[in-house]
Amino acid sequence: MKHSSGQPAILLLEDGTFYEGRAAGAIGTVTGEICFNTGMTGYQEIFTDPSYYGQIIVTATSHIGNYGVHEDEEESDSMKIAGLVCKKFSSTFSRYDESTTSLQSYFEDQNKVAISDVDTRAIVTRIRDKGAMNAIISSEELDLEKLKAKLAEVPSMNGLELSSKVATKEAYELGDSDAKLRVALLDLGVKKNILRCLADRGCFLKVFPVDATYEEMKAFNPDGYMLTNGPGDPAVMTSQIETVKELTESGKAVFGICLGHQVLALASGLKTFKMHNGHRGVNHPVKNLITGKCEVTSQNHGFVVDIESLKDNENIEMTHQHLNDGTLAGIRLKDKNIFSVQFHPESSAGPNDSRYLFDEFIDNMMKVKKSSGELAEA
Amino acid sequence: MPKDNSIKSLLIIGSGPIVIGQACEFDYAGSQASRSIREEGIEVTLINSNPATIMTDKVVADNIYLKPLTVESIEEIIAVHNIDAVLPTMGGQTALNLCIECEKIGIWEDAGIKIVGVDIDAIEITENREAFRGLMDEIGVGSAPSATAKSFLEGKEIAQKLGFPLVIRPSYTLGGTGAAFVHKKEDFDELLTRGLHASPIYEVLIDKALLGWKEYELELLRDQNDNVIIICSIENFDPMGIHTGDSITVAPAMTMSDKTYQRMRDMAIKMMRAIGTFAGGCNVQFAVSPDANEDIIAIEINPRVSRSSALASKATGYPIAKIAAKLAIGYNLDELQNQITKSTSAFFEPTLDYVIVKIPRWNFDKFQGSDRTLGLQMKSVGEVMGIGRCFQEALQKACQSLEIGRNGLGADGKELRNQDELLDSLVNASWNRLFHVYDALKLGIPHETVFNITRIDPWFLSQIEEMLAMELEVSKFTIDTIGRDLMNEAKQKGYADRQVAHLLGCMESKVYDKRNEMGIKRVYKLVDTCAAEFPAVTPYFYSTFEEENESISSDKKKIIVLGSGPNRIGQGIEFDYCCVHGVIAAKELGYETIMINCNPETVSTDFDTADKLYFEPVFWEHIYDIILHENPIGVIVQLGGQTALKLAGKLEKYGIKVIGTDFAALDLAEDRGSFSSLLKNMEIPYPEFGVVENAQEALVICKDLGFPILVRPSYVLGGQKMKIVINEKDLEHHVIDILKDMPGNKILLDHFLSGAIEAEADAICDGKDVYILGIMQHLEPAGIHSGDSFAVLPPYNLGDLVIEQIEDYTRRIAVELKTVGLINIQFAIKDDKVYIIEANPRASRTVPFISKAYQEPYVKYATQVMIGDKKVADFDFKPVRKGYAIKIPVFSFDKFPNVNKELGPEMKSTGEAIQFIDDLKDPFFRKIYNERNLYLSQ
Repeated sequence: MKHSSGQPAILLLEDGTFYEGRAAGAIGTVTGEICFNTGMTGYQEIFTDPSYYGQIIVTATSHIGNYGVHEDEEESDSMKIAGLVCKKFSSTFSRYDESTTSLQSYFEDQNKVAISDVDTRAIVTRIRDKGAMNAIISSEELDLEKLKAKLAEVPSMNGLELSSKVATKEAYELGDSDAKLRVALLDLGVKKNILRCLADRGCFLKVFPVDATYEEMKAFNPDGYMLTNGPGDPAVMTSQIETVKELTESGKAVFGICLGHQVLALASGLKTFKMHNGHRGVNHPVKNLITGKCEVTSQNHGFVVDIESLKDNENIEMTHQHLNDGTLAGIRLKDKNIFSVQFHPESSAGPNDSRYLFDEFIDNMMKVKKSSGELAEA
Repeated sequence: MPKDNSIKSLLIIGSGPIVIGQACEFDYAGSQASRSIREEGIEVTLINSNPATIMTDKVVADNIYLKPLTVESIEEIIAVHNIDAVLPTMGGQTALNLCIECEKIGIWEDAGIKIVGVDIDAIEITENREAFRGLMDEIGVGSAPSATAKSFLEGKEIAQKLGFPLVIRPSYTLGGTGAAFVHKKEDFDELLTRGLHASPIYEVLIDKALLGWKEYELELLRDQNDNVIIICSIENFDPMGIHTGDSITVAPAMTMSDKTYQRMRDMAIKMMRAIGTFAGGCNVQFAVSPDANEDIIAIEINPRVSRSSALASKATGYPIAKIAAKLAIGYNLDELQNQITKSTSAFFEPTLDYVIVKIPRWNFDKFQGSDRTLGLQMKSVGEVMGIGRCFQEALQKACQSLEIGRNGLGADGKELRNQDELLDSLVNASWNRLFHVYDALKLGIPHETVFNITRIDPWFLSQIEEMLAMELEVSKFTIDTIGRDLMNEAKQKGYADRQVAHLLGCMESKVYDKRNEMGIKRVYKLVDTCAAEFPAVTPYFYSTFEEENESISSDKKKIIVLGSGPNRIGQGIEFDYCCVHGVIAAKELGYETIMINCNPETVSTDFDTADKLYFEPVFWEHIYDIILHENPIGVIVQLGGQTALKLAGKLEKYGIKVIGTDFAALDLAEDRGSFSSLLKNMEIPYPEFGVVENAQEALVICKDLGFPILVRPSYVLGGQKMKIVINEKDLEHHVIDILKDMPGNKILLDHFLSGAIEAEADAICDGKDVYILGIMQHLEPAGIHSGDSFAVLPPYNLGDLVIEQIEDYTRRIAVELKTVGLINIQFAIKDDKVYIIEANPRASRTVPFISKAYQEPYVKYATQVMIGDKKVADFDFKPVRKGYAIKIPVFSFDKFPNVNKELGPEMKSTGEAIQFIDDLKDPFFRKIYNERNLYLSQ
């Protein structure tokens, strides 16, 4: 093995602080909103999660890339993060599966820029205290003034609609068309594992683009609707909010995850706001207020449903709450088979504690089927 | 569910004396648990026979019983106290076994005492390998294929079915006795026969050996509501085949994907739920196949607090024992607060933005003739933990913590360069395997070869190769030409200034100056359970080389206490006990206290012992940087054993105040020549002695001294390499033997007073006045190391004249040495004449013992004297003198079947117990008195 220090790179934050480190991945310049993730495993899942679209991710854990990259661990067809900030970007990897490749080649192939060997803990602390902000990473331009000028052009995440950048353009079907349940998904930036979790439970899926209308989705004759995760500010997704309103009146089961949950909440008259610095990690404690049980959840969100707005709403019940900061983590519509959660029951990366929510969705679809008499016929 | 209010009084069972496999981690667990339960307003009664423990202090529990861990003691306790519940999970397997024994007799039931924190059935399942495997099959968790053989023929059939390699474990033997790996068919018959014979019921369990599989551990916590969290994932650097207690371990897991980790997490939770219903901690060990399938197999599950949970607590900051105790009395995790952030929930999984490496500490040199190969049985006596921002830094810091005469991993010119020896060492792993992996890679033995032999994950090997590549780069430069980036990289990879100096070919101080000039300085980061996601309030720090420093130095008056490093024979838990009390005493006097230590098993490294904890190697460079950062009024070295004491000279040289006895006096006592001149001037007798540098000189001097002669190197602890010789041939041989291992060391020859009686005294001195804490008479005749002797407090048959001499000499020597603090003096008594063997102006192994026996806080008093707050005359000493207290040495010989169990001047015991007797008619005393000559070696 030869010694190599790598090329210099620089990270500049909106507030003017900058960090000098080493270039990793492709050589270049990227901008985006900087946020941190505290998970110790699952880097590939994070990098390919569409909810991270346009964001520069700081991984708090010390080492990234140790076990390489593997196609089974992709949550979408490509990396969605804008760039990566890490402490140690592993130059070697170890995995006995021969189809594994290195993180470095993965970044190079997808032309993604990263900076390593910076004080990530200091950066996390700064974001924690100052809140989410824009940032720029460059390994080709080290002049701070030029970087500042470039950074000034980057828009704020607040008020940005991003789902259309990552969601499917064309509707597509997935799974066994003879399956007993049919689910129509409104793709706001879906993670592959949501599809797997539903398919594994015997659902035939049709994934619709972000601008799909209620009529188009209804035509699939689904037993339930799935509102997926995705990036961006939910409050500006007015047409989706309207579509979801119609879904909630359809009498069918509805399940929302993350951005899907926020859109459902907005469609039901609740409010959302941008958090100081969001929740991103795989160790978020949530309490199920219905069962009294706690679960460790995977989370990734910068916006949240306002718990205050729930107080005036008689039709909605809070089902889950975050144990650290008391924020709202899940709701259900009273007297309806409709619920949603802020966290990621499909995890990947993260614990599988909340997979039962997919089973509940299945149960809800069965209930609807039964009450509408369809099941008896079958 | 909130607290169970039916529990008003609770009993905690301790783990007894320190033995290999059950060390001071249980003092840490017991102390935490006791405090945690007491703060709920519940009365805590504690039983432990080990006097050198914090848990048996008044500050920790309400009622303390320093009694043997027997059913009789339990009966005695419950007859006096109205106990509602017993918590047996904090005292290792010893406490669980005692709890089960009492349960079987019906003691708990009769007294209406409920067992909390564990389910007895769960223990039974986890201890019975067959039942465990059956249960794993039932819940669909893989376990190693195995079967029981009651005959030779059955054994052969099983072997044929399972294939090699195999493990043979004789049933009903203790501590893995007779267990062996069988690598090939040819060896099977013999080992099977041996195994069957080793078992009292002629039965062996044969398992498929998963040699070379990757090995992991998870630490779990569960509450009564069945909520489960994983506190920590730990990856073994040494794969399956080496006992996890003897493996180098890393947290968090480094080479496991999220998919595999989540599968393992789910299995662990399933297993914990399957073995029974209980609220508390649990440790699960897994093996992962080194192939594309990444099959996960359950190795074992321990439904209690363990060595690994102590490590996990220190590694993450999450106080497992403290929370497990709260869960045992009814709380749910979501009702408790994260103790580190004080603002978030205790129901969460800690996340790390640093890496920890644990390296075990072995003491094979104390067990001559022992099999030094690592395998199925744990053989290490202690451990160290290094914390760094990356694996390499943590690894180097752990190596720097070991105190084995190295400056870290490599870069010190001490590499082994013999290819055959290296390859052999990689095959037959021993204490030095890590160093030899490094040496092998450095010598150019290919990565693949090292991997094929050791099966150490290639990622770890690459990390070491990366370090070697950097070393090569550094060595191309000199101190004047090296650039900032490279210097910074070396420091970030954990290299000590000394190591960098070795690579650059210059003095350590030059590297120190240069890096400071370059602005490469240590900063301190917080261990906060949450990777900085939330602000944390707990002052638990480690150092690294980065930009932001989080340890803000206050302007209060501060005192640093240096810890005693890894446990080893001769320097164990007693010194941690002293350090903790030193910290508490200084705190009470209003000082900000700062603890520096690297031993994860201890109470001293608990984040709420000192005002600030620096979890750092007790290594000069680290200590000096902390001192510069904190600017304390002084440093206490006399509580942390030889580890701390040997740094006194350097502190003095750098103008840092050593609190208490001056360095000059410490040095004088260590230097046999000067100390004897001092005794001579004071007209105090000592055995005739001489100092030699080679065998030739020894042969001359021995004629004056006369045989028998006690031979030992100077500046050692625990009687290392100490031997009594009776003729010139043996003398020559031993001197050469010492110089082979310790070239250049001076050797002391003492005329050995054969047939003498030994005694020792501990005292506190303020420079003028002396108070003798106690005098202990050893049961065995002179020649057995004081640490291995039965010691009786007070002396049982020394005449008044002898006692007077001892008291007189103790007082005079303490004053003459200008002792400020503690001093221990060892005596030999022959024909009613008292001789001085040695004097140590520091806390000794027996101070905790006397403190417990007389029920007085002597370390606290000594600390007050050291700091100058009080004089000896200010204390109102009121020792509880009733009958006699006996210190019983405890050995771990069962781990070393081939070792000579005879005792001598070199210490071999790993722990101690205390026993109180009313008078000398006591049957226990009569028994040990009659056997006192039994173990003496020649």
